[in-house]
Amino acid sequence: MAERSATARRSGTTVLVLVFAFLYIPIAVLVALSFNEGGLPTVWSGFSTKWYVSLASNADILHAALNTLIVAVASTAIATVLGTLLAIGVETRRRRGTVLEALVFAPMIIPDIVLAVALLSFFSMLNVTMGLHTIVMAHVVFNLAFVCAVVRARLKSFDWSITEASADLGASGFTTFRRVTLPVILPAVVAGALLAFTLSVDEFIIAFFTAGAGRSSTTLPMQIYSMIRFGITPEINALATIVMAVSVIALAISQRLNKGMVGQ
Amino acid sequence: MWGRCTAGQRGARKGNKPRQSLHANCRRVVTTNSRPAFLMAPALAWLIGLMVVPCGLVLALAFFQRGIYGGVDYTFTLENFAKVFDPLYAGIFLRSARIAGTATLIAVVIGYAAAYAIASCRRSLQPVLLFFAVLPFWSNYLIRTYAWIVLLNREGLVTQVLRWFGYTGEPPSMLYTEGAVIAGLVYNYLPFVILACYAPLSRLNPELAEASRDLGGSAVTTFRRIILPLTLPGIAAGAVFVFVLSIGNFVTPALLGGGRFQMIGNLVYDQFLTANDWPFGAALAAVLIAIMMLLLLVQGYAADRASTRTAQAREEA
Repeated sequence: MAERSATARRSGTTVLVLVFAFLYIPIAVLVALSFNEGGLPTVWSGFSTKWYVSLASNADILHAALNTLIVAVASTAIATVLGTLLAIGVETRRRRGTVLEALVFAPMIIPDIVLAVALLSFFSMLNVTMGLHTIVMAHVVFNLAFVCAVVRARLKSFDWSITEASADLGASGFTTFRRVTLPVILPAVVAGALLAFTLSVDEFIIAFFTAGAGRSSTTLPMQIYSMIRFGITPEINALATIVMAVSVIALAISQRLNKGMVGQ
Repeated sequence: MWGRCTAGQRGARKGNKPRQSLHANCRRVVTTNSRPAFLMAPALAWLIGLMVVPCGLVLALAFFQRGIYGGVDYTFTLENFAKVFDPLYAGIFLRSARIAGTATLIAVVIGYAAAYAIASCRRSLQPVLLFFAVLPFWSNYLIRTYAWIVLLNREGLVTQVLRWFGYTGEPPSMLYTEGAVIAGLVYNYLPFVILACYAPLSRLNPELAEASRDLGGSAVTTFRRIILPLTLPGIAAGAVFVFVLSIGNFVTPALLGGGRFQMIGNLVYDQFLTANDWPFGAALAAVLIAIMMLLLLVQGYAADRASTRTAQAREEA
């Protein structure tokens, strides 16, 4: 926007300082208290990493972390393949269909609770035993939509004539995909996969409804939820810090790859 | 081949990117006519099988009776929808709407101010500020909510800051109140509002505001008559998002409201997991979807109006 008065600039800075304080103070307090020596999760009494050590020996949490990793890796792998193919299909289609666009967009906006109860009814009506596999199936639904969105954004600037050049030189459809299309869109595919991974690791509501009975398929967010309901402990702060760090790192890499895309 | 090409060209969408050569378009028409369907098939099958069909199933469930032992009795009824408007449940709807509405209003005001401030910064600084504004959004929802329990509990940071300022009385009870729930919702969804409002603000043509000033419009008039109408789609998108996700939320009321008062999300949760009245839960979910669709229509209308205005402004310029 155009040049502005000093007052306007100062008030803009004030707004930003306040908003960033609002966004980051709660997280900062949470992270700081995870290094708190004392058992009280809210009063500072000295630096310690003992809560991280005690996490490592908590069998429930390790089990939940392993489950989360299985779900996230499996659903990301399936969603990345399906979402990428979907993106290429949608972008090479000549006609745009409103129904198709709505179908591809819907998983991103549908309230979690609605999809969760829908899948719960669906699986139990078909007498499907629920567990990690049903969580994976559910996570693929929204993950593939996000992968598709990221890859489509990249394909918008893709020069399709190079795939034709490849075909003219005798390459099969698959070879053209592998040697021409894929290398160009790869940053977007990886960015989409990282986004899907983050979403899956953090997703709670749908997993909660599709995990079935018993504790064997508890994921990390489900574990965190039950711990929070039980009360505040420094252990939750430590666990929260680790989970946040993983998400933020995955997102930062994804963001970098996306930026590289624009430059190409 | 050329014949089909030109036919394809004629049929091609208006929005075809100019950088694509004639050649490239031919290619897409000739070889990809059948391939897109083949490529899209697995993903679409997944979406239909695990989203469309289950959602349709839930919708259908809403029209059946609850069985005596908690199962579903397949007799047609509209009772479940009538029950939604029962004073008891209507009260929960109204409370949910009030909480979600308040959270939306606060998030939009703060989010818009933040987006405006970011859009007014140096161009080079904007992506960085935006990235850090959205970053918390990508951390776990439960953790962000938990952070507020840590802040608001009786011995939390807020109480300690008050003490530091000389407050000596009983620690104020802030947790497990409606205010805590609203704070949690605003906190969780604010980054999205900032993102949604920033997009139209950053595209705003500064000459429009200048023209308004040159013609004697005050800062307030310029904002009200020029900037606000043109950025309304972003506000609408952000507001719809916050409202829809807030009204269906069950985690925040459960954790920050301490389960003292229910919102629609908690009600749906209970019907499926504790009360075992699936048809009623399905009716509630259907109402949630109806609210979402209605709001999306309103948002689409706002976006259309804004694009008409932009076109008019461009013509007049």
